[in-house]
Amino acid sequence: MSSRQASLPSLSLDNVAVMRGNRMVLRDLSLAPRAGDIIWIRGANGCGKSTLLRLVAGLLTVTSGAIHSEGYMALADENLALDGNMTVEAALRFWADMDGASAEARNAALTDMDLQDLAYIPVRFLSTGQRKRASIARVLASHADIWLLDEPYNGLDSASCVRLDQAIIARAASGGIVLVAAHQPPSINVAISLLLDGQGAAA
Amino acid sequence: MRAFVALVGREVRLAWTGGGLWLPVVFYLSVATLFPFVTGPDKALLARTGGGILWIAALLATLLPIERLILPDRQSGVLDQLALRGWSDELVATAKIAGHIVAFALPLLLATVVSSALIGLPEAQLGILLLGLALALPALSGLSVMIAALTAGLSGASALGGLLLVPITIPLLIFGAGTLAEDPGNAMQLLAATSLVITALSPFAAGAALRAGRT
Repeated sequence: MSSRQASLPSLSLDNVAVMRGNRMVLRDLSLAPRAGDIIWIRGANGCGKSTLLRLVAGLLTVTSGAIHSEGYMALADENLALDGNMTVEAALRFWADMDGASAEARNAALTDMDLQDLAYIPVRFLSTGQRKRASIARVLASHADIWLLDEPYNGLDSASCVRLDQAIIARAASGGIVLVAAHQPPSINVAISLLLDGQGAAA
Repeated sequence: MRAFVALVGREVRLAWTGGGLWLPVVFYLSVATLFPFVTGPDKALLARTGGGILWIAALLATLLPIERLILPDRQSGVLDQLALRGWSDELVATAKIAGHIVAFALPLLLATVVSSALIGLPEAQLGILLLGLALALPALSGLSVMIAALTAGLSGASALGGLLLVPITIPLLIFGAGTLAEDPGNAMQLLAATSLVITALSPFAAGAALRAGRT
């Protein structure tokens, strides 16, 4: 429903701290990526990677500190958010219409994630990796300025990993900001590499 | 506006394909079918009590689709995706209520015509019954979405839903049954007022519950 920003996207986290269930998950986290940056967030399970992405997305509120963002966002986390009974194409079209994306953008996203052959299969029949690709295609089709990808490489085969790498690089090169939360080291050149230590601080 | 219509349409489609549309209707018609077996073929008795029974059946049918209204969307991340796109929780709740009115209230009204024939309700009463239910069903739809948002993810959500719904619907039931009396005028006005208040408040209550439930 929000309108698209014509200017460059921006994002800044200022001394962000967040408590979840009486536990300090993030503390003293500051981050100021510029347009075109890829931020790779690493850390063990439960160290707050997903929390950080949900904070940036505005789905959680900070306990202290501030987050400013400008630009249209897209999020791909462990929840697919595509209706199981619909075909991949129709389920993606629902969100693409919400994002005001064109049919070309939608088809390009399907092609980029190698989903053309699966386009008319109901979402519930997809395998783990195929579901992941569908959720990434939702982000691709949105043409959002800021991408928030939570463990996007999980379940992907090596060919799909390369496709995702290319998509992330292309989005950053065209002035977007991409945040990737992953447990493995980056497979691409990143501007900021952030290691969360699980004690709340960023190393 | 187009996005709002798309979300309402999605609610209706999910109800149609997920069985949420037929379950209340089948339940409602079953009550109307079974009731004469209990009372026997006493036409006068059926005419006198049938309307009230249909009111109770409509209230209980409201409980059936509650569990599929919010929980699946929370689990699948649809609610997160809408919030990310700047939808307020109240607007999401309003779209869900509007979708539920189309997918639950309208089919139940149509089923009322069949049910009243099964019970043998006098024609004059059918009109009053339809009007009363048409006034009350938006409130019941709003309450369904509100309770679904409040109980989504809790264990024993359906039992809790029943406990929450029944007390709030008592005024609707009292005034609704009142419309079936000799002079339905006053009861109909009170029913309309009660229903209006509940319908108007439910998007805000449901929206607050959606926000509180986001983790």
